[in-house]
Amino acid sequence: MFNYIVRRLLLMIPVIIGISMIVFLLINIAPGDPYRAMLETNPNITAEDYENMLRSIGYYDPLPVKYVKWASQVLSGNLGYSIDSKEPIASLLPRRLANTLTLSLPALILSTMIAVPLGVLSATRQYSRLDHILSILAFLGISIPAFFLALLFIKFVAFDLGWFPIQGMGSIMRGYTGWRLVLDRLYHMVLPVTVLTLVQVASRMRYTRSAMLEVIRQDYIRTARAKGLPEKRVIYKHALRNALIPVITVLSMSLGSILSGAVLTETVFMWPGMGTMVYRAISNRDYPVVMAGTMVLAIVMLFANLLADVMYAVVDPRIRYD
Amino acid sequence: MSSNSLVNSKERGLSPAQVAWKRFKKNRLAMWAGGVIILLVLMAIAAPLIAPYPRDQGDLSKRFSKPSREHWLGTDDMGRDVLTRLIYGAQASLAVGLVSTGISIVIGVTLGAISGYFGGLVDNLIMRLVDIFMCFPFFLMAIVMAAVLGPGIRTVMLVSGVLSWPGLARIVRAEVLAIKEREFVEAARALGLSAPSIIWHHILPNVFAVLVVYATLGIAGGILGEAGLSYLGLGVKPPQPSWGNMLHMAQNFTALTNYPWLWIPAGIMILLTVLSINVLGDGLRDALDPKLRQ
Repeated sequence: MFNYIVRRLLLMIPVIIGISMIVFLLINIAPGDPYRAMLETNPNITAEDYENMLRSIGYYDPLPVKYVKWASQVLSGNLGYSIDSKEPIASLLPRRLANTLTLSLPALILSTMIAVPLGVLSATRQYSRLDHILSILAFLGISIPAFFLALLFIKFVAFDLGWFPIQGMGSIMRGYTGWRLVLDRLYHMVLPVTVLTLVQVASRMRYTRSAMLEVIRQDYIRTARAKGLPEKRVIYKHALRNALIPVITVLSMSLGSILSGAVLTETVFMWPGMGTMVYRAISNRDYPVVMAGTMVLAIVMLFANLLADVMYAVVDPRIRYD
Repeated sequence: MSSNSLVNSKERGLSPAQVAWKRFKKNRLAMWAGGVIILLVLMAIAAPLIAPYPRDQGDLSKRFSKPSREHWLGTDDMGRDVLTRLIYGAQASLAVGLVSTGISIVIGVTLGAISGYFGGLVDNLIMRLVDIFMCFPFFLMAIVMAAVLGPGIRTVMLVSGVLSWPGLARIVRAEVLAIKEREFVEAARALGLSAPSIIWHHILPNVFAVLVVYATLGIAGGILGEAGLSYLGLGVKPPQPSWGNMLHMAQNFTALTNYPWLWIPAGIMILLTVLSINVLGDGLRDALDPKLRQ
């Protein structure tokens, strides 16, 4: 197992280099530069200053030179500065990542806690009315764009009913401290977490249902029933344990996509997470931030995939990696 | 018990397509979904005939007017009829779904088949490329690419297509790996057929069922991608309407809260279309894949 993980980690290196090259290339063939807007709006900046500023950030270097410069800086631990806010990315990024996790982790936990029991229920009563209703709800949840659901919540629950704040992460103007700050944050989290949870419940419930259906049909379940075990014990002790194996794998694999999938939901709620950060950075041509944000998410994705494979072996003793 | 035979007695003597159709017909929900999709396609094609107003004709004196007898779904920020734009919007959204899926199938099948059939170094290189694409945070990459290429319907098609092939490549590779060991492929090789001809005539037809299901679900993905990108203003450019860029209206706070008829119908159309496609895809999978049948 240890050797397997080390080998996988080594295999990640070329993939990370590949990803960084593609993202770097894309960003550098993008039209426009970070100071163009400044030149047009700020009359105090002359064309000469503009040229000097571009030269100082290495705008005119050939592409491979730029890439090597960037890569050597990143390897020495320097992620650079945001051109837009002048803040070092090394301090900006962890804060934004933490904000994104504030939404994604509760949604991940809640949705799993809701989806697995519902999926089991749906499978044990296949073709019942309950199963049909849950299936229809799941199909709706899979098919609705998360940001449309978010917009509906903002319009009807936050604006019309006024139950929750419309956007943002906290009432900054109130200057809350201590537990009031925590409560205020929780209050702002309710709607975005609800949207992310609902969307995830749908797909995870479907997944649990089909995993469970597959297991229930197997011989050892018939054996368990035949030897007279109560149905509850058969389902929750014998069947669920094996049905959870693929569910856990899919769960760990989806960690990465959950983070990047929250981009639109974050934007709609103006939640200052990774997604909003990269989106704003792209509109402002703040390329160091785009580069760093995309790379961090890609690396999270890689580790999530590795975690999925490791978890697969951990929860299923039949799987061995040598 | 004959539970392990794949075809029951009633299905004997029918071609695989007939068997699949027979099974599919029994799935009422999937039949309905198929009907809805046919209607949507007809609506997109016949848009100029059924739309109550010309597509871009607006009356600036009647901006943001509520749904009424003349304008069933009201008018937008330029006084254009929302129902008309909703009907025309089907063209862009469906086109993006179809073309992006086409792109993803061409890339995915080609690379997957080459990878699985030839193996070795080629396989290794292609699979590393798949690994790289699999790790792209889909939506962020889509935004970056759309910003680079400039917004527009072609960009949306390209972006969704280019980012969504790796999953298919893996599936096709796995199928090809399994099929290429079978006797009929060996026979084809012994007859001296070239590799492209074996892949095209003898291996790919066996992957067809997987492809149909993937393509159906891929179209739904393309439509969702268009919605997201256009909502951010990086997708289909006005004056051409798409359901996504109608949702873009909701970025304006007044429109979001006070003029819901501008954006809710577009969202409902996306939901309805994607829902029908997902139900249809599910039905197709059940009908086409005998292993999954109960």
